[in-house]
Amino acid sequence: MADKVLMKGNEAMAEAAIMAGCRHYLGYPITPQTEIAAYMSKRMPKVGGTFLQAESEISAINMVIGVAAAGKRAMTSSSSPGISLKGEGLSYLAGCDLPAFVVNVQRGGPGLGGIQPSQADYFQATRGTSHGDYHMIVLAPNSVQEMVNLTFQGFDMADKYRMTVMLLADGTMGQMMEPVSLDMGEVKTYDKPWAVTGTNCEREHNIVNSLFLKPELLEKKNFERFEKYAYIEENEALYEEYLMDDAEVCVVAYGISARIAKNAIDAARAKGIKVGMFRPITLWPFPKKEIRAIADKVNSFISVELSMGQLIEDVKLYTECTKPVYLCNRTGGMIMTPDEVLAKIEETVGGNK
Amino acid sequence: MAVVFEKPKALTDATLHYCPGCTHGIIHRLVAEVLDELGVQGKTVGIASVGCSVMSYDYFDVDMVQAAHGRAPAVATGVKRANPENIVFTYQGDGDLAAIGTAETVHSAARGENITIIFVNNAIYGMTGGQMAPTTLPGQVTQTSPYGRDTNTVGFPLKVCELLSNVDGATYLERVAVNNVKNVKAAKKAIKKAFTYQTEGKGFTLIEVLSTCPTNWGLTPPNALKWLEENMIPYYPLGVYKDKYAEEAAK
Repeated sequence: MADKVLMKGNEAMAEAAIMAGCRHYLGYPITPQTEIAAYMSKRMPKVGGTFLQAESEISAINMVIGVAAAGKRAMTSSSSPGISLKGEGLSYLAGCDLPAFVVNVQRGGPGLGGIQPSQADYFQATRGTSHGDYHMIVLAPNSVQEMVNLTFQGFDMADKYRMTVMLLADGTMGQMMEPVSLDMGEVKTYDKPWAVTGTNCEREHNIVNSLFLKPELLEKKNFERFEKYAYIEENEALYEEYLMDDAEVCVVAYGISARIAKNAIDAARAKGIKVGMFRPITLWPFPKKEIRAIADKVNSFISVELSMGQLIEDVKLYTECTKPVYLCNRTGGMIMTPDEVLAKIEETVGGNK
Repeated sequence: MAVVFEKPKALTDATLHYCPGCTHGIIHRLVAEVLDELGVQGKTVGIASVGCSVMSYDYFDVDMVQAAHGRAPAVATGVKRANPENIVFTYQGDGDLAAIGTAETVHSAARGENITIIFVNNAIYGMTGGQMAPTTLPGQVTQTSPYGRDTNTVGFPLKVCELLSNVDGATYLERVAVNNVKNVKAAKKAIKKAFTYQTEGKGFTLIEVLSTCPTNWGLTPPNALKWLEENMIPYYPLGVYKDKYAEEAAK
């Protein structure tokens, strides 16, 4: 078994990106993810890579576009207000079918908000972030180890599907220290015949472009892209179930909320309440078939989230509102305690049993 | 039969969409001739911007990326950092470069990115139908300055070469025009020097090319050339604004 090292989430994730073959980090400082940039500024020169602090979030994401267009693995990271600024670039990445890896270590909002952990960018991440018809693959780790694993896997998915993969973490995930294994295995490489590397006067010129002035052509491109998305929805949804075999109540949570909810579920089980958890690991594609199947078995759902009810909309959507869905939430940088979740579970089942 | 004139290899056979009398075509040709002469067509990557020149990706026979409005220097930075052996240039208009992309322009210069920017200044937003640009002259009538650009309310035009000449990271800045044969020749010489510097790894180069927009200026092509000479050149004097290597050689 590989040795484990104690690492902070943000730094472990950054190291995993390097192990995934990323040699271009383009970023801009913003709390609570600046450790990623700091780590990359130390590490990239040691591995022959490029660390560049851009003049803006907008410039950073457009540098990512340049590196990705040139066929190399690129990443940027930011936190909520910074991701809003990157929105334009995320839309262009989608329109150009370019691979990219983008990290959002979420903080409270709206506006400048705060710098404490939050999950209030769920809509932003899963609904495309910016203009036009498109999706990103959205990965939601709930441990430092998962930040590492999903980063490594995320770079692969980005290249495989030529699209943006967003790691949706939060201030807690980024800052917490846990033992991790960095034994990631081989990096799979992909041919990129579409990349702009110079024609060498031996082939037709490559054009990386998102402009299609003929509507019938633009529609065709979008239909094709959504065929790819349909394939991804069918094949790439990740999730974890916890004590769901006999559960009558299903808690749905991702990221740090799932860690908190797990403690509450253990406490409820000790009281004899039949409760379990469904944890989506990919927020897009949402594991919709799986949650729909659960809806036929349980009496109710509780969405536990650090936002004013964003995840809950997908729970209702994908369970087709067949069972009641309750909300247990804090927001603005506040985090619920396991006791608060336990109280919600007890309220849902009608008091202590 | 001897060939006395031919299309540069770095241009495709696509028909340009530019309006009659627009000087984009001349500037495209000059860039392509330089890429041919330096033998770098096969390793060049161009970045098209948003504006009339957006479809330059169809005209230059080199690998191309179409960038978001104003972001071409950031995209070029990414391309160049990914593959430093490539010759990377952006082709941008005044709205793109000097308004929405001011930060990208100034900071790519400040970093001394080893890229070449071809900055086409025609003092108007062409693609969207003739609105006031950051380089629209005082008093100039456009769709969004119908009473003439009033510097009291909307301020003054940006002089990009002068502005960037204070940026330490910039290597070579020259303003040229393509309104007559003499100036076209000087423009080519400047463009060639910029790309040559890039092949030598000498850093950030920008050539500002004063250009015409007969359609949105409401002038015939000959009158547009005359207007450029009588109005633009006095406000935007031609010449070298910075040449780090010439300065060093002179020391």
